[in-house]
Amino acid sequence: MYEVNKTEPFWWGLFSLGGVVAALFVPIHIIMVGFLSAEAVGYHQMVALVGNPLIKLYLFTLVSLPLFHAAHRLRFALKDLGLKVAGGLLGVFLYGGAVFGTMVAAYIVATLP
Amino acid sequence: MSAKKITMRVTRYRPEQEDAPTEQAYELEFPDDWVVLDALNYIKDDVDGTLTFRWSCRMGICGSCGMMVNGEPKLTCAAFLRDYYPAEIRVEPLQYFPIIRDLVIDMTDFLHKLKAITPWIVRDEEKPLAEGEYLQTPAQLADYKQFSMCINCMLCYSACPVYGHEPEFIGPAAIALAHRYNLDSRDEGQEARQQVIASSEGIWDCTLVGECTEVCPKRVDPAMAIQRTKVATTTEWAKSMLMPWGKQ
Amino acid sequence: MKQPEPEYTYPTYHRPIPATWWLRDRKYFLFMMRELSSFFIAVFLLIYLYGLSLLSKGQAAYGQFQETLRSGGFTLFFVVAFIFAVYHSWTWWSIMGKVQVVRLGDHKVPERVITAVALAGWVVASAVVLFVFTR
Ligand code: SF4
Ligand code: FES
Repeated sequence: MYEVNKTEPFWWGLFSLGGVVAALFVPIHIIMVGFLSAEAVGYHQMVALVGNPLIKLYLFTLVSLPLFHAAHRLRFALKDLGLKVAGGLLGVFLYGGAVFGTMVAAYIVATLP
Repeated sequence: MSAKKITMRVTRYRPEQEDAPTEQAYELEFPDDWVVLDALNYIKDDVDGTLTFRWSCRMGICGSCGMMVNGEPKLTCAAFLRDYYPAEIRVEPLQYFPIIRDLVIDMTDFLHKLKAITPWIVRDEEKPLAEGEYLQTPAQLADYKQFSMCINCMLCYSACPVYGHEPEFIGPAAIALAHRYNLDSRDEGQEARQQVIASSEGIWDCTLVGECTEVCPKRVDPAMAIQRTKVATTTEWAKSMLMPWGKQ
Repeated sequence: MKQPEPEYTYPTYHRPIPATWWLRDRKYFLFMMRELSSFFIAVFLLIYLYGLSLLSKGQAAYGQFQETLRSGGFTLFFVVAFIFAVYHSWTWWSIMGKVQVVRLGDHKVPERVITAVALAGWVVASAVVLFVFTR
């Protein structure tokens, strides 16, 4: 009657990796983008940085994984709020959004100067 | 010291005479050492014999006296009136469970789930009696002891909004007990249990609200059991993806 | 032989759950806020990603966007997003202490120690990022 669910570990795995990345790195990036002076993260500084493939990889991970984290959390939060389509359609929409965001992030980061 | 007066608002539901539950207020005097259950028993014995509720041990062991006290799931034999005085006390049947009568809820669903996780030691093959008992070291006992303290009071289910919204969810106590037997060095039933708790209705439904752990009178910590099972299951899954040639 | 379980039928009353269940209790409200933090984090990252894409468009475009981000509306958003992000970090490390079993030899490392180490790691990671990304 009960059956092992083979897809949830995948989403949950991405969810928790995204949770770690968000917890470690997002607050400091909000400070840098939102509150520091514009020169501190200025154009030349950033362009010099993103030339480094390791920084590219870091930025890609920083954006992509928390998107999956958010998709997963919102899927279940909306379910707990009583939204019944959550199981099917909402999952497709949210995870689909995270996949799309990841592809866009990959493109943007890969084509950085 | 004069006895104090307190008002209790108690849920009444008598299916033969009303379609929906109502509330009835009782005013009573209580000595300092009374718990909510004492007050209910006083009402039943001396005021209104029709009031229906479950209890047995009066010492936090049988797990049958769980109710919502001012909106929180509590063992009523361990909830002192003096801690609520002078405010009124609202006593309701455990949240998220169907009501049978007054404060009595229907626990059939929980019992089915409990049974589904085979809460006993499973062996591939029992060894003959003559070979003696299955030995276990104190360290092996310590691995699962915390999770074995559960008294099946269902307070954790009443604290779980996921169970409220998705009644199929196997829920905190049943998963914690599955964890308890999986951690037992004498047990060999992991695989069958995994079938149940790694299903959609099992650990994946949990969003770690964490209240199950907060309300548990026995410090079982079902939330931790569920999270650890998620981590272990996901790790196993990742291994099987990366190394499909590994052990099945 | 296995006996079939007897079936009893009796009327029961199912209480409806109000849509506002998570507003009625602080604990459930905080849970919802924790989940909502992921939304603000995602929105911030999308803004950040857009900013990165402008690096390919040249200094003027990037500089102008930086200026836009200093407007009142965006500043308010960053303040809110920052609070949510820190709340996420805080809850994440607290939970991690419970979930991650770390063994040193024979005994388990206590929850508090794991959370403390994670918090320290967070501070170090933030410092490293700050050092690498700013001048
Ligand atoms: S885990 Fe705790 S709250 Fe849940 S049924 Fe067992 S003893 Fe009661
Ligand atoms: S009456 Fe037994 S636990 Fe309260």
